[in-house]
Amino acid sequence: MSDFFTLTVLVAVVGSGVRLATPYLLAGLGETVGQKSGVLNLGIDGVMQLSAFSAYFVVLKTDNLMLGVLAGLAVGAVMGVFYGVITIVFKATQGISGIGIFIFGLGFSDLLFQRLVGTPKPIRQLPTIEIPFLSELPVVGEALFQHNPLTYVAFILVPVTILFLGKTTFGLNIRAVGENPHAADSLGVSVERTRYVAILIGNTMAGLAGVALVLELGIFQPNLTQGLGFIAVALVYFGSWRPSHVMAGALLYGLVNATVLQLKARNIIPLSFSELAAMAPAVLTIVALVILAQRVKGPAALTKPFIRH
Amino acid sequence: MGTSNTTKVLLEMRGITKRFPGVIANEDVDFDVRNGEVHTLLGENGAGKSTLMKIVFGLYQADEGEVLLRGEPIDIRSPSEAIAARIGMVHQHFMLVPPLTVAENVALGLSSSRRPFTDLAKVSTRISEISDAHGLAVDPSTEVWRLSVGERQRVEIIKALYRDAELLVLDEPTAVLTPQEVDDLFVILRRMVDDGRGLIFISHKLHEVMALSDRITVLRDGRVAGSTTPAEATRESLARMMVGREVRLTPHKGKVTVGDARLSIRNLTVIGDRGTPAVKNLSLDVLGGEILGIAGVSGNGQREFAEAVAGLRHTEPGGTITMDGADITTSSTRVRRNLGLAYVPEERMRDGVVAEFSVSENLVLVNHGSREFTKRGLLATGAIRRRSTEMVKQFAVKTPTIDTPIASLSGGNIQKVVMARELSASPGVLLACQPTRGVDIGSAEYIHSRLIEQRERGAATLVVSEDLDEILGLADRIAVMYEGEIVAIIDSADAKREEIGLLMAGVLET
Repeated sequence: MSDFFTLTVLVAVVGSGVRLATPYLLAGLGETVGQKSGVLNLGIDGVMQLSAFSAYFVVLKTDNLMLGVLAGLAVGAVMGVFYGVITIVFKATQGISGIGIFIFGLGFSDLLFQRLVGTPKPIRQLPTIEIPFLSELPVVGEALFQHNPLTYVAFILVPVTILFLGKTTFGLNIRAVGENPHAADSLGVSVERTRYVAILIGNTMAGLAGVALVLELGIFQPNLTQGLGFIAVALVYFGSWRPSHVMAGALLYGLVNATVLQLKARNIIPLSFSELAAMAPAVLTIVALVILAQRVKGPAALTKPFIRH
Repeated sequence: MGTSNTTKVLLEMRGITKRFPGVIANEDVDFDVRNGEVHTLLGENGAGKSTLMKIVFGLYQADEGEVLLRGEPIDIRSPSEAIAARIGMVHQHFMLVPPLTVAENVALGLSSSRRPFTDLAKVSTRISEISDAHGLAVDPSTEVWRLSVGERQRVEIIKALYRDAELLVLDEPTAVLTPQEVDDLFVILRRMVDDGRGLIFISHKLHEVMALSDRITVLRDGRVAGSTTPAEATRESLARMMVGREVRLTPHKGKVTVGDARLSIRNLTVIGDRGTPAVKNLSLDVLGGEILGIAGVSGNGQREFAEAVAGLRHTEPGGTITMDGADITTSSTRVRRNLGLAYVPEERMRDGVVAEFSVSENLVLVNHGSREFTKRGLLATGAIRRRSTEMVKQFAVKTPTIDTPIASLSGGNIQKVVMARELSASPGVLLACQPTRGVDIGSAEYIHSRLIEQRERGAATLVVSEDLDEILGLADRIAVMYEGEIVAIIDSADAKREEIGLLMAGVLET
């Protein structure tokens, strides 16, 4: 056990924790925006898988990472259009529709993979970018400033999301339609349009989360996410719909995950326990978040379709 | 705007008809408002007032007829078009977003000078200017959920003024206000009219209508039943126009000898939903043969108090509730009922009836297990049907059949079913909460007469109501509740509306 608590190992754990937190953070921030507008999307895990496959396939065929990222974003946006039609145009129950989107994403990405790829082949991974100067700082340099571009994007999106929701007119519209759509409607704010845009933002960010995951791993396999998207939805609740708290939750999840991986790699946890240990991040994070979570009420109109009366 | 244009017609509606599947909400309605006047739209629930105003505000489109604004025909298709045409509306249910600040609520939907960012500093300055000019004090940086009901209403009016509304529609704006807040509101509204604005005031409170209006138009069953002015009308004549027949507005009460206390409450403390005491060390006696009215602004502990007496809410140690000498502080609702307690709850659709059940099933909901209605452990359908038919007739419930689902009845008829069920056992103590809220005048008149009957029977009746007129008309004694305490008990013969209003607002100490 003692060789675990060395500086090198701890730096490695923090570094990989930050890296592992990236897809959770991207998906969680997007889901926060969607939920703030009053729309729950349980389907982001499926969106992530479709986007992940698209990015994987494009990179596999073109060897161009930028094209892969764009493909993943586009698929996320298209799924957002679908989800918007289902929940806003047809006003379907959000919980069930989201599960439908998840199953569709899971199954369709699997089908496409079997048909178009078959046996997994590795692709190019995202390069690590060392931020000049900062990455040379002792300890924090390696842990925080030697990551792939999407990790930086994810963390930059935290203040961007805070600013967007808190300080822009469109953010104000989103918060208003999530709390009292009738009030927004009475002032000429289009509830449908606002929610549609929020859903598009949320799904596109879920798509980017899938991209981040697959381009980090450099390989695709069916059910790549293994429920990651659902954890991201949970992080939004536990993070009380605040981007900064969602980030804290994602980091906590990433760090616990990294610790368990590190412990396994060093044989500190016996192999026979490794299945149980794999559950540890989920259990520990949820316990920690339940304890830390403030009792904050979510958007009052969350999951409620808007019907004028 | 000056007084020069006070005679101009601001809005004119001609021959408005609006149909919904199976209902004609408005039929050939003519209505107009001039600059510088308050034109009241009076009518019962369901008479078509709100529909007509939703057409003005672009939430509905009329099937027939035309709307003219400042003499020009106009087709308003959405609230934003209405706002652009300088029409403002203060909705009955406030259109506010509670977690947002006053400034954010006002800025919502407006274009910002700092796009894409909000310009809340600028909005706040303008709000303060409007506040000062119209006497609408409110802090722009406060979250709306922290505000009192009266303050929220001011925010609604500020929203309309901020958008420079020339025509303002107020849909039942006084429903949730104390009498003092109503007076303050009327002063503000008068000032707005003197500025040359036109106001449409929607209400069913007759004395307020008489106090504020320049003109009054009464709607009944979607049609204009008549137009008048406060100078020509009386409360009675307005009620007649609303209902279509003579109505007794103040119930007739005979003399009754008052007996001993049948319900005694001592040192009652009840914790509310927020975990803080909603009722504080309250003591009260209700005597046989009297109606004791509990007046107060909503949210001062009346609901928690009533639920504690009914046995639906725990009381804190130290307090006691006694009925005819029996201590029922911790008794179940069944024990209380068996001792002769009847309860007409405030939320009749939630607590008073089972919405999906039929009229008949709701009528026997309390005693369907009794010997009268069962036979070898099964419901005795024949006996239940016979008794239900009797009760429906006895309480003049308008229902197609006794098997009709209760939810399809009007508010007044649902309340009559609740009253029929609760009174059929000839209770010793009757607790009636908001007995005529949302009930038409005709049914209200009937319910009041039934409540007065209880008094003649020697029962102790406790009426909790936010409608001060109802309390003044019914009660023998009036207890005013403020912040969980009874601040005064007044004999209704000596009761003055102003004094009770001040007590309700917590302004006057006794």
